[in-house]
Amino acid sequence: MRIGISWLREYVDVPAEPDALERALVRMGLEVEEIVDLRSTVDGPLVVGRVLSAELLTKFKKPIRYCQVDVGEADPRGIVCGAPNVAEGQLVVVALPGAVLPGDFTIAARKTYDHVSDGMICSVRELGLGDDHTGIMVIPPSAGVKPGDEARPLIGLDDIVVEMEITPDRGYCLSARGIARELSHAFGVPLRDPARIEAPGDQSGSARLTPRDDPDQSGATDPAPYPVAVQDPVGCDRFAARLVRGIDPAAQTPLWMKQRLSVSGIRSISLPVDITNYVMLELGQPMHAFDPDRLAGALLVRRALPGERLTTLDGVDRALDPEDMVICDTGLANPLAPEGAGLPVSLAAVMGGENSEMQPDSVNVLFEAAHWDPVMVSRTARRHRLLSEAAKRWERGVDPQLALVALERAVTLMTEYGGGRTEPGVLDIDHVVAPESIVLPASLPGRVAGVEYPVQRVADLLAEIGCTVAAAQPAPAGAPALLVTPPTWRPDLLQPADLVEEVVRLDGYDKVDSVLPTAPAGNGLTASQRRRRTVGRALAEAGYVEVLSYPFVSPNALDALGLPDGDPRRATVRLTNPMSDEEPLLRTTLLPPLLATLRRNLGRGQRDAALYELGLVFLRQPGQPAAPTMGVAGRPSDADLAATQAAIPHQPWHVAAVLVGDVEQAGWWGAGRAASWADAVEAARITLDAAGVRVTVRAGQQAPWHPGRCAEILVDTGPGEPAAVVGYAGELHPAVCAAFELPRGSAAMELDLDAVPLPGVVAAPRFSTYPPALIDVAVVVDAATPAAEVQDALVGGAGPLLETVRLFDVYSSQQVGEGRKSLAYKLTFRAPDRTLTGEEAVAARDAAVAEAARRVGAVLRGA
Amino acid sequence: MAYRNDPYDPKQAALLDQAALDDAVAGAEKAFAEAADLDALTALRPAHLGDRAPVSLARREIGALPPAAKADAGARVNAARAAVQAAHDARRAVLAAERERRVLAEEAVDVTLPWDRRPRGARHPLTTLMERIGDLFVGMGYEVDEGPELEAEWYNFDALNIGPDQPVRGEMDTFFVDIPGLVMRTHTSPAQARAMLTRPLPIYIVVPGRTYRTDELDATHTPVFHQVEGLVVDRGITMAHLRGTLDHFARAMFGPQARTRWRPHYFPFTEPSAEFDVWFAEHRDGPRWVEWGGCGMVNPRVLRACGIDPDEYSGFAFGMGIERTLMFRNGISDMHDMVEGDVRFTRAFGMEG
Repeated sequence: MRIGISWLREYVDVPAEPDALERALVRMGLEVEEIVDLRSTVDGPLVVGRVLSAELLTKFKKPIRYCQVDVGEADPRGIVCGAPNVAEGQLVVVALPGAVLPGDFTIAARKTYDHVSDGMICSVRELGLGDDHTGIMVIPPSAGVKPGDEARPLIGLDDIVVEMEITPDRGYCLSARGIARELSHAFGVPLRDPARIEAPGDQSGSARLTPRDDPDQSGATDPAPYPVAVQDPVGCDRFAARLVRGIDPAAQTPLWMKQRLSVSGIRSISLPVDITNYVMLELGQPMHAFDPDRLAGALLVRRALPGERLTTLDGVDRALDPEDMVICDTGLANPLAPEGAGLPVSLAAVMGGENSEMQPDSVNVLFEAAHWDPVMVSRTARRHRLLSEAAKRWERGVDPQLALVALERAVTLMTEYGGGRTEPGVLDIDHVVAPESIVLPASLPGRVAGVEYPVQRVADLLAEIGCTVAAAQPAPAGAPALLVTPPTWRPDLLQPADLVEEVVRLDGYDKVDSVLPTAPAGNGLTASQRRRRTVGRALAEAGYVEVLSYPFVSPNALDALGLPDGDPRRATVRLTNPMSDEEPLLRTTLLPPLLATLRRNLGRGQRDAALYELGLVFLRQPGQPAAPTMGVAGRPSDADLAATQAAIPHQPWHVAAVLVGDVEQAGWWGAGRAASWADAVEAARITLDAAGVRVTVRAGQQAPWHPGRCAEILVDTGPGEPAAVVGYAGELHPAVCAAFELPRGSAAMELDLDAVPLPGVVAAPRFSTYPPALIDVAVVVDAATPAAEVQDALVGGAGPLLETVRLFDVYSSQQVGEGRKSLAYKLTFRAPDRTLTGEEAVAARDAAVAEAARRVGAVLRGA
Repeated sequence: MAYRNDPYDPKQAALLDQAALDDAVAGAEKAFAEAADLDALTALRPAHLGDRAPVSLARREIGALPPAAKADAGARVNAARAAVQAAHDARRAVLAAERERRVLAEEAVDVTLPWDRRPRGARHPLTTLMERIGDLFVGMGYEVDEGPELEAEWYNFDALNIGPDQPVRGEMDTFFVDIPGLVMRTHTSPAQARAMLTRPLPIYIVVPGRTYRTDELDATHTPVFHQVEGLVVDRGITMAHLRGTLDHFARAMFGPQARTRWRPHYFPFTEPSAEFDVWFAEHRDGPRWVEWGGCGMVNPRVLRACGIDPDEYSGFAFGMGIERTLMFRNGISDMHDMVEGDVRFTRAFGMEG
């Protein structure tokens, strides 16, 4: 909401000092986005000018005119103007040489389009008054000014404009009336309510600012100014209208009104339409102006019928939904509708139709002020993507008692500026229900805020915002309570907590103390949370840099990974409104975004890069049920909660690492070492080591890895349970590297961290202090035999004396034999209770080799 | 004693003469002082301390002396020999120290040479900041909670008093998916509802995590971002407790001068609600109030939807953006740096941010 302070100061006496205003508005909860002191927007001479002539220069692509403009000096000035609407005889705003417009735009006499332009004729936007740049600003003759007059007061440049973000609960603040009300609270000064006027037909409505005593009492007169029937009083609980006849179709909107509309971002259209918009800005009541001469019969307010269409004012032909409310002309035949249902001429509350709109030659105007169901408007506006100024107010709640006041303002402005005469009849079909009273325990605001508020203070503050406050009768046992009836413009006040906020807000949020609550003893981080931290630190210590990628993936990326059909990673969840149509899927593996990030780093000259990511993947399971509908009146049933949980795809934490280039750099110490499959497998080992579980590695086959360089990573899941595969590591398939534009040999690992069991309490090792016996042993095996199997056999055969085993060399040569390899191990033997003799150690070694010979055909080398 | 039975040689008895002994000592001292290194000193040793050295030969002559003279001669020979030995040892110590100095000097290296064989990795500052926040609250007795990022609409909206027709629901810039009833969570607040439905009362939790909104990536927006949510539900919780908690949080993040300022605001899941600013003395553009997050007292409707009696329990909730916090805390001006994964950005933060 953008509005000039001068307008607000008509209703409330507040300082015209931007800082004080901003502080006050913020304190009331109206977030100030911008506050502009227009007095300082234009520097230097800015005057009224009269266009004496406007010669069209023809040699340019766009229409450029060389104008002679009388600016109150002895001779007119020659000014070049490119605006399409400049014309002889107009009164315009002229910035003379020396003036400085917003954006530090200094005006000087300069040659342009072959002529010296001795000043500038200004548009609304050039003056910083609004966004309108369709043409220059034209001053109506009625303004009563002459060439040479100071232009600033005339065009509102003596004002302060404030733009505020209005929260959805404060619909009433989308009006000068509402903001003035908040300022009256902030400064503690009275409000001169612009709605407090005598309106014909208004029996007991907003003119007296109290709810109606008798909801059936309508302001209607007989006869009505126009025949109207409301078929659906739920969608439309009030429909009021008045008629003005014989207006001057050429009547201009007064300049002050144009300015106020312009400041609020509303374009001037015609006097009757401008009046409806002006009254909406002033009071908050959206209105509509019909040309009654373009209506064939009585109006009917009803829901749309299936298949009905309407071309709205923006020229869009819209299919209507049976939930939409429409205003229909019953004089028009409608083949889709039963007899008398008429043809829609307006999409109620949101936008009028082309067929009933005011025309440049309209002489009669039917002003409509209704009250619509906020939920209906909200849905209709979103369905048709028509978030108009009117819809914005309706869905936030409009004062239902404004209708007749708004009509009175509209017809008064119409006749004052457009002539004609108001028909005496008032139409008012009123089904408005009075706001419900709320029982507020008087101590509740204090208990919520932790501030002492005397009962009278609570009552006074609520009365200040327009509530009717009485003692609750009968008084609830024990504590005094207030019976609070909110004013009609506050549909947001529905429960005691809403009233509490008003009390605390008006008394001041800054009055609330600062007290640290004492929490009960907590249990610290969970084991999984600590594990994620440990894993992250371990990988970072190992040289990997953490990345937090967007989890959005393109379907092509799954192909690029080489995932076969039926791979569970192809069961993706798809965003229906992705940021990019290229990447609509949620990741089922961390790799595609991570590889893209690796590629980005390469592109930026980081030839050696190692990255890791810890994040969720989104795994869609076949046959997941839909989430049940659950209410909010109380705790949903356990069955419903379980069904909801079952409808949500599994989202385990994964950890992945990718690397390319050198893992060890070349330097004065020697050559570097290129990243390889082994680093990726080691990354998996580092991860699981940090997670405190035992790792088993064996050869695997899994996309996107190189089929001969892929390790399957397994962990023990429990005593007696088989080891479970939790991920893969190794070199990426060359085709995958190519598809992701990475060098061949790039390596990666990915583990499902949530599938890794949490380690229990570590049983402390027992270790011997007797001296070890160290024996190296080399065995020759078939080249295809995995080293891990050889080692397992050695360990199995060596018996309890073996303390450690470590592979320190892998060697193949003709001497070893074709298709064979030699594996050399350092074995450390140690007894818990004595110094081993050489014979004991050799015997254990022989047992180890014998077992390796039995299991994998190992032969002791050099034996 | 070894020479007791040696035949007496009167010519050699001259060696016991004091002048001869003094000469022997002086000669040894001079020779040792001229030894340039330990090897030279070792080579001199037999001549001055060996069996044929003057002081050794003099000792042999003692046997030839009359018994009355033996004690005196013995004392003088011993003194002379001790003097030679001392001179040798002193020189040896000097030369040994010299050699050690030389060896150490020869072993000197250029310690400014780099050893970045294996460049260090780093953790993302958003991660470490979330951990730091988690640790702060764990220290206060809170627990760290979490929830799914692909979330049921009921948790993300309905349970938080954001009904299907709430205008806010349409303004949340929600990512929808091809599974009806699910959305990418637009805030960490659904974890509030999950906690209230599953945890025993009282509840003291913080929820750091990832959130999603359909904002284009620019200098200050990103469609995927992080928030931290705080929730307390207990008997007698007031707005003063909320302020106390936020003030403590602010001081932990932004220094002892930090404090918070509230502005009335609207969130469907809290009533009363506020946005809060923090006084940040170390802001790179000078001390100032910085918008930090939103907070309020848990709306009784939310408590009710989660099966908690609002007449018995009350609570507060707060939330703020982690990216935003990191941006002004660490002086980051562009969101791109945090999302692009450029290792140069992350490395600067090391292990603890």
